[in-house]
Amino acid sequence: MSLRIVVCVKYVPDATGDRHFAEDLTTDRDAVDGLLSELDEYAVEQALQIADAADDAEITVLTVGPEDAKDALRKALSMGADKGVHVEDDDLHGTDVVGTSLVLAKAVEHVGYDLVLCGMASTDGTMGVLPAILAERLGVPQVTLLSEVAVADGTVTGRRDGDAASEQLQAQLPAVVSVTDQSGEARYPSFKGIMAAKKKPVESLDLSDLGIDADEVGLGGAWTKVEDAAKRPERTAGTIVKDEGEGGKQLAEFLVSQKFI
Amino acid sequence: MAEVLVYVDHVDGAVRKPTLELLTLARRVGEPVAVALGNGAADTAATLAEHGAVKVLTADAPEFAEYLVVPKVDALQAAYEAVSPAAVLVPSSAEGKEIAARLAVRIGSGIITDAVDIEAGADGPVATQSVFAAAFTTKSRVSKGTPVITVKPNSAPVEAAPAAGAVEALSVTFGDAAKGTKIVSRTPRESSGRPELTEAAIVVSGGRGVNGAENFHVIEELADSLGAAVGASRAAVDAGWYPHSNQVGQTGKSVSPQLYVANGISGAIQHRAGMQTSKTIVAVNKDPEAPIFDLVDYGVVGDLFQVVPQLTEEVKARKG
Repeated sequence: MSLRIVVCVKYVPDATGDRHFAEDLTTDRDAVDGLLSELDEYAVEQALQIADAADDAEITVLTVGPEDAKDALRKALSMGADKGVHVEDDDLHGTDVVGTSLVLAKAVEHVGYDLVLCGMASTDGTMGVLPAILAERLGVPQVTLLSEVAVADGTVTGRRDGDAASEQLQAQLPAVVSVTDQSGEARYPSFKGIMAAKKKPVESLDLSDLGIDADEVGLGGAWTKVEDAAKRPERTAGTIVKDEGEGGKQLAEFLVSQKFI
Repeated sequence: MAEVLVYVDHVDGAVRKPTLELLTLARRVGEPVAVALGNGAADTAATLAEHGAVKVLTADAPEFAEYLVVPKVDALQAAYEAVSPAAVLVPSSAEGKEIAARLAVRIGSGIITDAVDIEAGADGPVATQSVFAAAFTTKSRVSKGTPVITVKPNSAPVEAAPAAGAVEALSVTFGDAAKGTKIVSRTPRESSGRPELTEAAIVVSGGRGVNGAENFHVIEELADSLGAAVGASRAAVDAGWYPHSNQVGQTGKSVSPQLYVANGISGAIQHRAGMQTSKTIVAVNKDPEAPIFDLVDYGVVGDLFQVVPQLTEEVKARKG
């Protein structure tokens, strides 16, 4: 039977841009160009490698987000995923991680899955907890933050490099897996891949398709509230000296003056 | 006064510093009740009591070491149900965040991760976060259920605040999901003998300018003279010069030490995200246009292989 892989991806404001908050204190998605979150490219890459190693596999990329989020799906499809699912609904604006995980769980179940793959965190919210919550909601094993992953005979194995130890993990499918940026460089889409992606199917779903009430998601349904967002004050300009042979000593003097030595 | 659950990060009974910082924050919101799990759990009690824990709930079972994350969620949930706390605070390690998040969804509560400060507020604790690569500071609160908040290391001082710290055994029943992910083997990370990167008061980092694994000893020697942790930029890690566990930046560790010393690091957004909130920043870089110089309190434009060893010698000489 075909191995059904669903990769959850996020469309985020470019992290190298000048990101801001909108007036309602949600992420401003207009001021900065969006793109497929860089950390999700690693999940797409591992999905492609796992699919290659399997006899038969199908990769669905799934995203929740506004109209433009289709760009993230197209990027993943051009890398080699087979089809896309886009959950889009005006009521989703301002949804927090709890609501997003609900939508993803329903959508993953709608698609059907053996393996859900995620990146280690988004590059905008950066919480890094969505895969764990998704596993909790789906009631399947959580095999997260892997720097190496393999799937064989209905079992997923991988290495999780923690602060104190490196752990070898093992779980039965179905499971939710997340991979880190150490899992292997993501491929660039080929020209052929980009052309092929234009013809790949993308299914659009809204909240009613997934049986989710509007009040369970969105800014109103969020279980957390941002009350204030302030731009961090610019650091005041420091002293810059050119090394003329005494640079190390000058730096030492500064550290003494600040009582670090 | 309401009780606040504090999840204890410890190694065989030795409490790690971020947990003591959590106790300082917990005391602003209520009476800290600590939850310590696994081997050596009961040995944490004396230290926790010194820093304000009124109670220490402990549980040990093989499941905590044999299966990933979920057994600890089951135990924290048992503590939550036993105590009915006003808030649950967890250290912001990778595992801590996952435990907190699963607990939050189970108990129908909102979650805030990576807080750098917590204050009491009229509608519950208010958490400060540093977001968008530390370009913004936000204040947020949990608006549904019992606030579950994870807190980054170095967010509060460690304070002595002697309390009873009475040890009570926590009764835990593991659910069906607890044995979902088996930890087949565990290889402890070799200790460098240096301070933990996220907890260190001083961090000395090297980047592309270090130009090779064989040159990193220059960075390490400065770090050792200052009693600092060693960090590395993504460029240095991706080049294989230094381990990923030492990476500072968006996809590595986020640090907020008293002093950050950036050597041969240009200061790309990816790196700034992980160190921008450091109190004092100094840099050595041969490129006067490097963006890192926009952040520094003191910068030296020059060859790090000249400047850094000279600095190391000065530090050693002055420390005698």
